Amino acid sequence: MARRIVIGDQHLASVVFNRRAIAAVILVVIACGILLSQLYGLQVRQYKHYQTRSDDNHVRLQSVAPTRGLILDRDGVLLADNQPSYRLVITPSLVTDIDTLLKDLGAFINFDDRELRRFHRVILGRQSFQQTPLKFNLSDEELAIFAVKQHQFPGVEILATSTRHYPQHEYFTHTLGYVARMNRSDQQRMDAKNYRATTHIGKLGLEKYYEDILHGEVGYQHNEINAQGRQQRVLRTEQAVSGVDLKLSLITQLQKVATDTLGLKRGAVVAIDPNNGDVLAFVSMPSFDPNLFVNGISQKAYSQLRLSKDRPLFNRALIGQYPPGSTVKPVIALAALESGQVNANDMVFMGPHFKVPKQSRRYRDWKKGGHGNVDLKLALAQSCDVYFYKLGFAMGIKPMHDMLTRFDLGSQLGIDTAGEASGLVPNAAWKKRIHGEAWYPGESVITSIGQGYLLTTPLQLAHMTARIAMNGAGYKPRFVIARRNNKGTGFNNLDPIPLKQIDLKKEAHWQQVIAGMHAVVQGKTGTARNISKGATYVMAGKSGTAQVFSIAQDAEYKEEEVAKHLRDHALFVAYAPIEQPKIAVAVIVENGGGGSRVAAPIARKVMDAYLLNWMPDGQ
Amino acid sequence: MANNTNNVTTASLLSIYQFFKVDGPLFIALVLLSLSGLGLLYSASGGDLGLVQRQAMRLAIGFTGLLVMAQIPVDKLRSWSVMLYVLGLILLLLVLLVGDSAKGAQRWLDIAVIRFQPSEIMKIWVMMMMAYYFAARPIPATLKDVITGSALLLMPAVLILKQPDLGTTILVVSSGLFIIFLAGLRARVILSLIALSIAAAPIIWFKLHDYQRTRILTLINPESDPLNAGYHIIQSKIAIGSGGFYGKGWLNGTQSHLDFIPERSTDFIFSAFTEEFGFLGAAVLILTYFFIVVRGLVIAAHAQSNYAKLLGGGISLSFFSYVFVNIGMVTGLLPVVGVPLPLISYGGTSMVTLLIMFGILMSINSHKKLLGN
Repeated sequence: MARRIVIGDQHLASVVFNRRAIAAVILVVIACGILLSQLYGLQVRQYKHYQTRSDDNHVRLQSVAPTRGLILDRDGVLLADNQPSYRLVITPSLVTDIDTLLKDLGAFINFDDRELRRFHRVILGRQSFQQTPLKFNLSDEELAIFAVKQHQFPGVEILATSTRHYPQHEYFTHTLGYVARMNRSDQQRMDAKNYRATTHIGKLGLEKYYEDILHGEVGYQHNEINAQGRQQRVLRTEQAVSGVDLKLSLITQLQKVATDTLGLKRGAVVAIDPNNGDVLAFVSMPSFDPNLFVNGISQKAYSQLRLSKDRPLFNRALIGQYPPGSTVKPVIALAALESGQVNANDMVFMGPHFKVPKQSRRYRDWKKGGHGNVDLKLALAQSCDVYFYKLGFAMGIKPMHDMLTRFDLGSQLGIDTAGEASGLVPNAAWKKRIHGEAWYPGESVITSIGQGYLLTTPLQLAHMTARIAMNGAGYKPRFVIARRNNKGTGFNNLDPIPLKQIDLKKEAHWQQVIAGMHAVVQGKTGTARNISKGATYVMAGKSGTAQVFSIAQDAEYKEEEVAKHLRDHALFVAYAPIEQPKIAVAVIVENGGGGSRVAAPIARKVMDAYLLNWMPDGQ
Repeated sequence: MANNTNNVTTASLLSIYQFFKVDGPLFIALVLLSLSGLGLLYSASGGDLGLVQRQAMRLAIGFTGLLVMAQIPVDKLRSWSVMLYVLGLILLLLVLLVGDSAKGAQRWLDIAVIRFQPSEIMKIWVMMMMAYYFAARPIPATLKDVITGSALLLMPAVLILKQPDLGTTILVVSSGLFIIFLAGLRARVILSLIALSIAAAPIIWFKLHDYQRTRILTLINPESDPLNAGYHIIQSKIAIGSGGFYGKGWLNGTQSHLDFIPERSTDFIFSAFTEEFGFLGAAVLILTYFFIVVRGLVIAAHAQSNYAKLLGGGISLSFFSYVFVNIGMVTGLLPVVGVPLPLISYGGTSMVTLLIMFGILMSINSHKKLLGN
């Protein structure tokens, strides 16, 4: 009985079990469906998303800084290049304790506090797996010691890179400027993407002005990293595009002659090719070695430069604004001729001083007894002040202002470098605006000999001289004359940029003024007649002596009695050869005394060097 | 002629299966799965041949265990059920008292030279006990029997949970539940049990360890804690998702080879596999598992004793639950509970246990005629 029940149960059990087994299979099918649909969602529908995240995980983009463009002189002499250098870089994510690490490294690598502060500041703003430079330009000794101890410092590496280098040292500082490490404001200002790997940026001069062209385009290295952030291999490289090489109009040999001739004097020399505006020499002295600034100048060295009385950091040629003194007399003469105030050939008697009618103040001539009978040519040759006082008084400020302005004084020339000063050409409106006062006739009188409010830069004076030399034709002054072409095989020359021609009512006025400038150098009574001795070419020029210190009425200026820094500035402008001008020069020697005695010989040496030795063929 | 040769080959194969008392299709599926598992392990371990060799050694031991089990008549196993169950409870108690801890949980027992997890072997012994209990009672099971049977399940479950080992607890409990289910528990009761467990969820929540709670929370939103608890799930999903339809190719998985996948040769080997073989590979793998489960259920259905039916069905469904929990966990469907992927994950005990279970299935398949007599 019991046995039969079991048999019956056995059959029932089979039926129940089979039903349950089928239900189980259905459940298993559903469960597999759930898994497959989840996988489908991840692998097919969200594939793109996870693909990207996978790449983000294991591919680290490392930016590669481009090589900065070279700067060459006209003949291909290197003025700024890149030298291999080694820097110490740290990957913070691989370092357990930064402070201990810095202490251990400090045992054989010298960092100053500024470098450490900078490093701490930089790592705060970066992702911890990015390499951060700790020290630039390791010395050979530091390299050697680190190479031996490298295994003790995981996360610290030596990175071979290049550093800007100025092989001509102080000779081109005020033209090239320099690069230095980017600071925070640089980082905010520049394109973050393109500058990701860049550590240095042009701070001054051409390096700053041509930053965009010199810098180049960032490259990328796609590195494979593991979960710990360690690099496994390089997957792909996008090459950085190097910056463009620039060729300058400057001639190293000429630059050196100008610099060495100026020597220890404070001053500036600017030489321009009047035919195209090319700057041939551009000197401001004293100078300094720009290499000092590239990897951070020491506080002490910087203070020395900054506090020096001779102001070596000051770019006199570009930013120095000086009263031009008598060097502007040719332009004043043109203003007078054009406004009909004077006939060039009239001989007029010139006493020792000039007085504005009904005023007691006497405007003295530099020559004690006066010049006697002079015409325009003699007035220029001897730099007769009274002659110009009279003209200045007679025509007033407006014609002088207008003519000076036509020679591009009083505004920036637009030369291709950073920070050019504009100088100042005053007029009545300007005085009213700035000083709230009317223009006095006496101010016209002193403007006629380049004193008073009038201010010019050495660059502007050289440019002015070049335009006189070319009878009014002119070109925008420029440093860069060619850029390396895309293929890197050669240079593409850039065309000179012509300025608006200065048209005179009478062309003869050019010859009349130039005759005066010719007489300055070549005439028997010319102020700078000494410099024409032994010259194989004919030049024209104009000396100037700019007052720094106002002497009392009737008192006599005696150079030896005036403190050196209050002595007159010596100026000289010249061009040559007179019949077919190739070079125009402006020289200023601060507190040098008389222009014809101190500045003119320097101009002669520069012209000699160019015309006799270093002028490019075919000019 | 060709047909003849084929027939001869088929016939001789069948006699080989009969000699070893194994089911041909199931055995072949297991061998293929294990061998491809070795290939996956080679890639997932980053080309560690030593590790693959150790795994191959365990496979050899496991398959030996399978063949040995296949020779033991199911009736014998049935008679040992109670004894083994009691022994299992004692071992679990010993683990709690003198066990060796690894990763903050006490799971291991050192007996002379053998070091093993009693909770692993208990997976089988609990099923044997449950099958034994329900086979001796009328089918479909009454509610009273179900409650008593549940108590038999609860004791080892609590002991394993104490270690704590949530993963194994879930597997042990679910294997017991499968047997109750197969024993014919009424649909009404099943539904009310589900309702009860939902009601009990908050209580269980409070009983969980902090790390277990974190796992459940990170499952719901892994991005809430991307660097710590959520990291494993996120990296696993990135690996799987970035595999796409065809996968990155064998040995080309970046997530696994660059250490982004945690436990890439053990619990998370499915992520490493799917990254390299894509949705296609995953589908083939899941179908293989499906085949094994269905084949196991068919064997169970053909068994002649209730004990064999219940044990065979329980084994098949448990096997599937391991697959489901592991894949569900690495794809972000289920919390991370530390369950290996059957026959593929690196690891000794679970592999040997699984193959022993399949040995029991083989025995069920080959000893039915004896019982029929």
